[in-house]
Amino acid sequence: MVLILNEYVNPKSIEEAYSLFLENRKNYIKGGGAWLKLTIKSAEKLISLDNFNLDKIIVNDDLIEIGSMATLRQIETNRDIANLYNGILSKACHNIMGINVRNIATIGGTVMARLAFSDIYPALLVMDTTLVFYKLGEISLVDFIKNPTKERDILLSVKIKRKEGIGFYKKVATTALDFSIINFAIVKVENKYMISVGSTPYIASLAYNAMEFLNKQSKITSLEIDEAINILLDEIKVSSNTRSSKDYRIGLVKTYIKRGIKKVNADAS
Amino acid sequence: MQVKLTVNNEPKSFICEPGEYLLDTLRRYNYLSVRRGCDNTSCGVCTVLLDGKPVPSCSVLTASVENRSITTVEGIQDEAEKLGLYFGEEGADQCGFCNPSLALTVYAMKKELYKPTPEEIKEYLVGNLCRCTGYIAQERAIKKYMGDKS
Repeated sequence: MVLILNEYVNPKSIEEAYSLFLENRKNYIKGGGAWLKLTIKSAEKLISLDNFNLDKIIVNDDLIEIGSMATLRQIETNRDIANLYNGILSKACHNIMGINVRNIATIGGTVMARLAFSDIYPALLVMDTTLVFYKLGEISLVDFIKNPTKERDILLSVKIKRKEGIGFYKKVATTALDFSIINFAIVKVENKYMISVGSTPYIASLAYNAMEFLNKQSKITSLEIDEAINILLDEIKVSSNTRSSKDYRIGLVKTYIKRGIKKVNADAS
Repeated sequence: MQVKLTVNNEPKSFICEPGEYLLDTLRRYNYLSVRRGCDNTSCGVCTVLLDGKPVPSCSVLTASVENRSITTVEGIQDEAEKLGLYFGEEGADQCGFCNPSLALTVYAMKKELYKPTPEEIKEYLVGNLCRCTGYIAQERAIKKYMGDKS
């Protein structure tokens, strides 16, 4: 199967890549290419970012900056990322397809595709993640999901604040190679909870009301967790699709949110 | 367009369409050990090594591998033969369609992981589907191959 493509371009600078991108709505930036075949059938120009060293993962005292062309395998095997919130981002990457796919799929391609079944969105959401664009500058991942920008831009990197905290991540899928039926990420940092649910089958989101409820409690018992789950199910839209029924997803939310909160509490104590 | 690269350590120059995938180019140039399976990254039979790392050639554009190094199973012939002997001993070989990609992935794993646990071996090979063997005999053979220092 051939992609109907007029030209594959390796620009010399990001400015040149950006200009080419704006030139024509049929010009695309190439991420890793893992889903290229399934998403684009024809293009005028495919613009490579391979010349710009965007595959680096830079770690300093309070920040991890992942270049947009870093592969999911690079992220999965990075020691600093594995040590952040019990390695929830490493685990999220580890559960995606096989190593051969993770060697080409990039974080930039994954983020920009806004895939509802994405396994990494829930993990990124609970870690105070920001995206660095060439023209737009820095915006939070939450804003990026809430307000899909109509402007065309190039994602340069993904920034995650390094904080001491405990994390929990769970993907539920029928088989190891399958897309998620649902996925969860929870972190407890500075005694506050962050909870995200994805592939519901809608794109991942933070459970603000459930988090606010939990963060107001002086003591968390099973009763408070049950109440938080009820609040979460009121605010996060859960439906059926070919992978799972709505009822099954709700059952998974009840099980894994409870398990996740208990796990982060146990690990924190 | 023309793409210069190395295949099995030999410099090559391929003529291809800008939107042509590496699987199609390699097969057109008679690298027929690179198999076409699902053609959408799910099965792993089209796996080749790109700069030593396993990738699904069905989803890598040939234009994107300019000046890079590709290895097919012919490029690791000695190691593939050694693995093949263990496969034979353990009854892990049936139709053989997935063997070239599996051999390349196992070869990459041996380079990347030091003394992998059985669980790590299974996880590394998740992307390589085999419809014949049920994996158990393959697992035995691969464990023995990983311990082979010859």
